[in-house]
Amino acid sequence: MSDANPQIPLPRPTPLSKPHWDGCREGVLRVQRCGDCGSFVFIPKPVCDGCLGSNLSWVESSGRGTLYSYTVVHRPQQPAFEVPYTVAIVELEEGWHMLSNLVGVEPDHVEIGMPLEVSFERKSDEITLPCFRPRA
Amino acid sequence: MHSPFRGVAIVGAYDTRQARQLPGMTEAELVLDAVRGTLDAAGLAPTDVDGLNVSTWVTQISSRDVAQWFGGRPVWTGDSMPGIDALLQAAAAIATGQCHTALVATAQCGEYTARESTVSWTRPTNEFVECWGLYTAAEFALMAQRHMHIYGTRREALSEVAAAIRMNGARHPNAVMYGREVAPEDVVASRMVADPFHLFDCCITSEGGTGIVLTTEERARDLDVTPIYLLGGALDRQGMAYVTAPLWDRYGWVGRRAAQLAFEQCGLTPRDVDVAELYDPFSFEVIRQLEAYGFCKEGEGGDFVMGGRIRIGGELPVATNGGLLSYSHAGLVQLLQKPVNAALQLQGKLPADLTVPGAKVAIASNGGSGALFNDVMLLGTEPV
Ligand SMILES: [Zn+2]
Repeated sequence: MSDANPQIPLPRPTPLSKPHWDGCREGVLRVQRCGDCGSFVFIPKPVCDGCLGSNLSWVESSGRGTLYSYTVVHRPQQPAFEVPYTVAIVELEEGWHMLSNLVGVEPDHVEIGMPLEVSFERKSDEITLPCFRPRA
Repeated sequence: MHSPFRGVAIVGAYDTRQARQLPGMTEAELVLDAVRGTLDAAGLAPTDVDGLNVSTWVTQISSRDVAQWFGGRPVWTGDSMPGIDALLQAAAAIATGQCHTALVATAQCGEYTARESTVSWTRPTNEFVECWGLYTAAEFALMAQRHMHIYGTRREALSEVAAAIRMNGARHPNAVMYGREVAPEDVVASRMVADPFHLFDCCITSEGGTGIVLTTEERARDLDVTPIYLLGGALDRQGMAYVTAPLWDRYGWVGRRAAQLAFEQCGLTPRDVDVAELYDPFSFEVIRQLEAYGFCKEGEGGDFVMGGRIRIGGELPVATNGGLLSYSHAGLVQLLQKPVNAALQLQGKLPADLTVPGAKVAIASNGGSGALFNDVMLLGTEPV
């Protein structure tokens, strides 16, 4: 660990999750949707968690949402994370939720319900993380 | 009515020494201490045991390994996670005649060495969680923040929970934090970990072992112990923990179904409960469980805990040994320590100033909202 700024742990895409991470690299937020009951499914699953059906396809999210809950973290999970950082649950316009980090906002200005939009942050050749920033 | 667990009694409960670290101790030695101490507490010999669920986390000792330590004599082994889950499985084995005396024990040590990171068992490696810097405290904080947003739960309530439980540990000679008294103002003065949780809102990490032995009501009568009866118990499992967003709307009341089932099994209600060995990984979780189990209405848990109600001498003392916040938190060991302490409390074996006089019914719980599971058990001094 001689690196002064060690890398945070990055996702290792699986065959199941690859379309999501490929999308992030291409600047598109992709989520699974059930063709039978209409549920959005996230995190990626082999079946719909609404109806247990297999008729899932990847669709594009608007990337717009609101802040559902958050925590400003002062004790990092591991030293690579620069504190403080804000862990968020984002409620997307389509009604599904995902974990993320907030960027472009001071921890003191974070409020549940605030409008957010996805902000793709490139971390490596393979991985771009879908963070969120405030939107007007 | 009779509880479906009628006929099963806890006859021994025991904690090994608990400490931040137990240098030089192996998990095998530690779990053996738990096994022997539990049998001693019941006045039982190893040859009396015909059912086992004994395991460790780091070195992965299993019930089958331990069956060999017992010379292959036990006829039944269980593999449920140590804790309420394992006890319910063992009790069911006894109630259905698969074995007569079942020992459940566990221990953990030698795990936590790299202190610049949060303890390894709190750091999930899932691809949709780890990259955001999540760990257990942050998962539970996301639940707490949403609850505070919806119901206006106050910071003072979290501080009261943390201080009340930590004061219990301060008075328990076997607690890791023995002698460390904490007032509500000390909680907010401690450093911030993950908003709204300060350091003293969060469980400690430690090493230790624990055990409990169950047998038939009939055999219990022949032993020189105060038997404690299993009145009810059930699980509420909502999927793999720490892989997905801990959504309040979906998972916030986890444990409610377990509590309802447990109370239904014995015909009791929250009003009958004298002491609550609630899972306390973080201060907020106590407030949430009190609401989920029906000790108060949704959103009223913050008010419920104030005014000394959950302290020793109050209406419903919580985590009377100091819990995960102060007594010990050694990986999964704490799951089993909840019913262990409930049994010790009802047997009158806690230090005098932590004893709840006349306590007849205790509730114990395992797991919490951030972990997406919450199991519940009811114990009593009289069978139902
Ligand atoms: Zn569906």
